[in-house]
Parts: sequence; C-alpha cells; structure tokens
Amino acid sequence: MSEHEYVPKSKAAKWFNDRLPLLTLGAHLTDYPTPKNLNYWWTFGGILTFCLITQIVTGIVLAMHYVAHADLAFASVEHIMRDVNYGWLIRYIHSNGASMFFLAVYIHIFRSLFYGSYKSPREVIWIIGLMIYLLMMAAAFMGYVLPWGQMSFWGATVITNLFSAIPLVGDSITTWLWGAYSVDNPTLNRFFSLHYLIPFLILGLVVLHIWALHIPGNNNPVGIDIKKPSKDTVPFHPYITIKDAFALLVFMIIFAGFVFFTPNVLGHSDNYIPANPLVTPAHIVPEWYLLPFYAILRSVPDKLGGVILMFSAIFILFVLPWLDTSKVRSAVFRPIYRQFFWILVIDVLMLGYVGAMPAEGIYLVLARVGTIYYFLHFIVVMPVVGYLEKTDPIPMSISEPVLTGGAEPSLARKGNDKV
Amino acid sequence: MSKEEKKVNRRDFLFTASYTVGAVGVGAVIWPMIDQMNPDKAQQALATTEVDISNIEPGKSITVLWRGKPVFLKRRTSEEIAEARAVKLDDLPDPQKDEDRVKEGKDEWLVMLGVCTHLGCVPLKDKGDFNGWFCPCHGSHYDVSGRIRKGPAPTNMEIPKFEFVDSNTIKIG
Repeated sequence: MSEHEYVPKSKAAKWFNDRLPLLTLGAHLTDYPTPKNLNYWWTFGGILTFCLITQIVTGIVLAMHYVAHADLAFASVEHIMRDVNYGWLIRYIHSNGASMFFLAVYIHIFRSLFYGSYKSPREVIWIIGLMIYLLMMAAAFMGYVLPWGQMSFWGATVITNLFSAIPLVGDSITTWLWGAYSVDNPTLNRFFSLHYLIPFLILGLVVLHIWALHIPGNNNPVGIDIKKPSKDTVPFHPYITIKDAFALLVFMIIFAGFVFFTPNVLGHSDNYIPANPLVTPAHIVPEWYLLPFYAILRSVPDKLGGVILMFSAIFILFVLPWLDTSKVRSAVFRPIYRQFFWILVIDVLMLGYVGAMPAEGIYLVLARVGTIYYFLHFIVVMPVVGYLEKTDPIPMSISEPVLTGGAEPSLARKGNDKV
Repeated sequence: MSKEEKKVNRRDFLFTASYTVGAVGVGAVIWPMIDQMNPDKAQQALATTEVDISNIEPGKSITVLWRGKPVFLKRRTSEEIAEARAVKLDDLPDPQKDEDRVKEGKDEWLVMLGVCTHLGCVPLKDKGDFNGWFCPCHGSHYDVSGRIRKGPAPTNMEIPKFEFVDSNTIKIG
C-alpha cells in the first residue's frame, strides 16, 4: 500500500514523522483506495462527521450561556434566544442539528442494510456504529431535558421510569438515576454533565469506526471484494472528498431550510411551557427519531414486556451480521431480500407514525403488526431468505461486470442504475 | 521438576494476591463514584410535608408536592367509599381492599402518590372508566380507591407513609 512508501519531502517533516507518524497517517487518508462505484448513499459518513462537529461546536458555545439548575434553566434558554448575540441561531442549529444528525444516521444505517455493509469482514464496523447510535440516543434524550420545559420534564420522567420495570432493583435504580425521589434539580445537573461528555465518547468511537473501516476498505454498491489499489479504486482525495463535499452542501441547504424557515417544526410547543411536576401534558411524545421504538414500547400491554421489547429492538441489530445467512452482500443481486428490505423501511416509517398517534384503536393494531414484522424480519426473514434465495449472478469486478454475465451482459449496469 | 513447580506456584500466588488487592482497591474507589448519584442529604431532608386539610369539602381533593412528586389528598363521600368497597377483589389486576388503602376510622381520606405506576405521569382526576383517575400518557384507568383497573400500569397508585398529626393536619413521609 502506498502509505508504506510515504517519505516526507522536507528534512524537518521527516524528523517529525519519524517520531510521530502523523504525516504518514495523513498520506494514508489522502491516498486511501476507495471503490470507484460508490454512489451518493456513501456520502453520509462525511455528513455525519460534519453533524457531530456542528453539535460539539454549537454545544460548547451554548454551555457558555446555559445554567443547569431547575430554577434557572428555562430562563437561561430564553436568555440565549433573546439576549445572547446570535443565540437564537446557535440554539436553532443545535436543536435542529440533532434531528439532522438522526436523519443522516438513519440513511447511513439503511444504506448498510441494503448493501450488506454489516457483513463479514465488516462486523466490527457495524457494532461500533451501533454503539455510536446508542450514545446518540442517550445524548439526544439528555439534551432534550436541558431546557426544562414540560416535554423535557415529562420525557425525562417517562424514560427514567422505564428502568423501574426491572424486577426487585428497578426503583432503586430509578432513584439513583434521579439523585432525588423524582426528576428534579440533581437529575438536570447530571444530565447536563453527561450530555457534555457523550459527544466526546462518540468522537472516540468515530475514530475506531473509521479505523475499522480502513482495514477491509469500503463496501460498494456491487458488494464484491475488490483488489486495492487497482483499476477498481480511486484515491480518496480528490475523488471522494469532492463527492462528499457536494453531498454535504446539499445536506446543509436542507439543514439551513429548517434552521431559518421552520426551526420549531420538529420540536413540541409544550416545551415552551416551564416544567411543572404537578401537571402532565395531555399528549407526551418523544422526538421524531425515537418514535418507532416508542411505538414498540406502547404496543405491549405489559410494563416490563414493553420495556424488554423496546430494548430488544435495538440490541437485535448487534447480532445482525450472524442472522443474515446470505453469502451475497448487496441487495442489488438479492431479488427476494430486496423486497423485504423495502417492507422493513415502510414498517419502521409506519411505526414512527403510529408512535406519534394516541395508543388506541387502529393505531394500536398497526403498532402491534409493525412490531411483529420488525422482529420477524430479523429473526426469521434474514436467516431463511439468505438460505433459500437464488441470487442473481454477481460480477467479477467493478470494472469488468460483463465477463460472467453471459446471457445478461447488462446486469451490473442495471444494478447500478437501480441504486 | 519440583523446584520449577514451586517457583511457578509462588509467582501464581503473587499474581492472585495482586489482582485481589487491586480489585478491592478499584471497588473501594468505584463505590463512592456510584453512590454519589443517590439522593443527597438535602434531598433526604425534604422527606416530610405537613398539610392542612381543614378546608377540603367532601368529594373534593387537593394535590400537594412531596419529595418532588404530587400527592393526592381526597376526602371521599360515603357513596364513593361504598363504591370502592363494592368492587370484587377478583376484578382487580392488583388485588387490594379499599380498607387497606386508608387509615382505620379515617375512611374518607384517601392519601396517595399521584404518580401513575406505569411510567410516572400524573393521572387526571374524575376521568376514566372507573370514576377515579385516568393517565393521559398511556391510558391507565384507576378507580375511586386509586386502584389500577385497565391499561398498562402494573400496580395500584402507591400509598405513602402518612399520619394524622391532629384532626386538621396530615404529615406525609
């Protein structure tokens, strides 16, 4: 690989690089051989890095003005909105940034599901990614508590009470999480501390995520192993950086659209009412990105059962690489799995929708159907389809997709068009 | 042979002893880090609340804050008490007699935590299918004794420790 041959040009650079090979790392990242057929679904890694940095930078600035105390938090957020120079802008970027972060991560996860990026030899990348996703949910939940509005307070109450479902020690754990006998000032204080910590944990995991990615290299839309470097690859810079930059610009336009034109559309108006421990809002809903899991929680008429199922819905993803029995990575060549993939997408969107609706009547029925399919998809569909499915012939390489196509010389071309 | 074995055993002992002392040390440091998150002295000091109940008419209720949680104090009418006691225990998901939820001789006073046992929301009074409370979050119905009748909540609303200081004052906690 090229990085082994890298020699800094100047004597000073060589002196430094011999002691700390940062320049070698830089050269590796620049020359990193990348499959030449990556499509725009592969640009979300870069977009997510941008989201993380945006949240960290705006968050550090907000923490300069925010006060983490139950009596002062709400007023300090309004102070940021009204008095602090550009405070409104920074806060709207931060609050909408959380939503954009999740939008990007969901696309990133479903891209992985479609092209089989979680499969051998990339299981560790996938698992680190899920750990990042879990930390993102924790950070987002705690961040939503900080303004200390009605949704903050009651969201915190409902989510922390999930732990009270644990037999025997549940109540002790909940009290321990609260640092009080209800969600109160100690809870707000520690949530602020942890909300500040978690992004840096995520940053560390992102480094591991990319490191693990650079061992086998990127998957690609055709899903086959490629030789690196070869005529199937291009250097990361400038070919991928420019493509990532273009996608990032489009993403930023959408982001800015939310920030400047509808900054509150993804939030809940009840959170502009100060927290009141005596009154629960009539209709509690989590932020949109947690709704599918909320729907799963509510679909079970038993407290402990609902909590177990909700956490299972996330943790089942960790064993996904071993539930999928198919040898073929990309769904482009998996005619049956491809259809189930889209059913899963629709299923998760539907769960998100019913999660925002009252848990009664038709919504409850849909939530139950959706929950059952969600688990069937991973436990039954993935192992069985992977085993039985007759996959389409896969090309020998990205550059020579037609050589084995035989009767279907345009197959790989067709696959590329589809994605 | 025996000499070598002896050597290995001696080293094994040192390893095990070091690990053990290390583990105890780590535990001794971790425990304070965990326990600091439990309710502090200031929180524990808020453990009791006294409430003046002389102004509550029969059929009415008030809500007071105790340890950051709402407590419902309801002065029930004799019809409401009769209704609560007419319920068969078999109809209850969490069987408990109304008599066991009030102080003997003070049957009209229902004092309970106004916290849904599902996920901690505050139920609304005079709502729901059982003439008691209804939790708007996930649809739990409670009866006039605060017992769960329908919905995802697993248990009846909790009765806190309380006592009558005199005929006009209740001390909660």
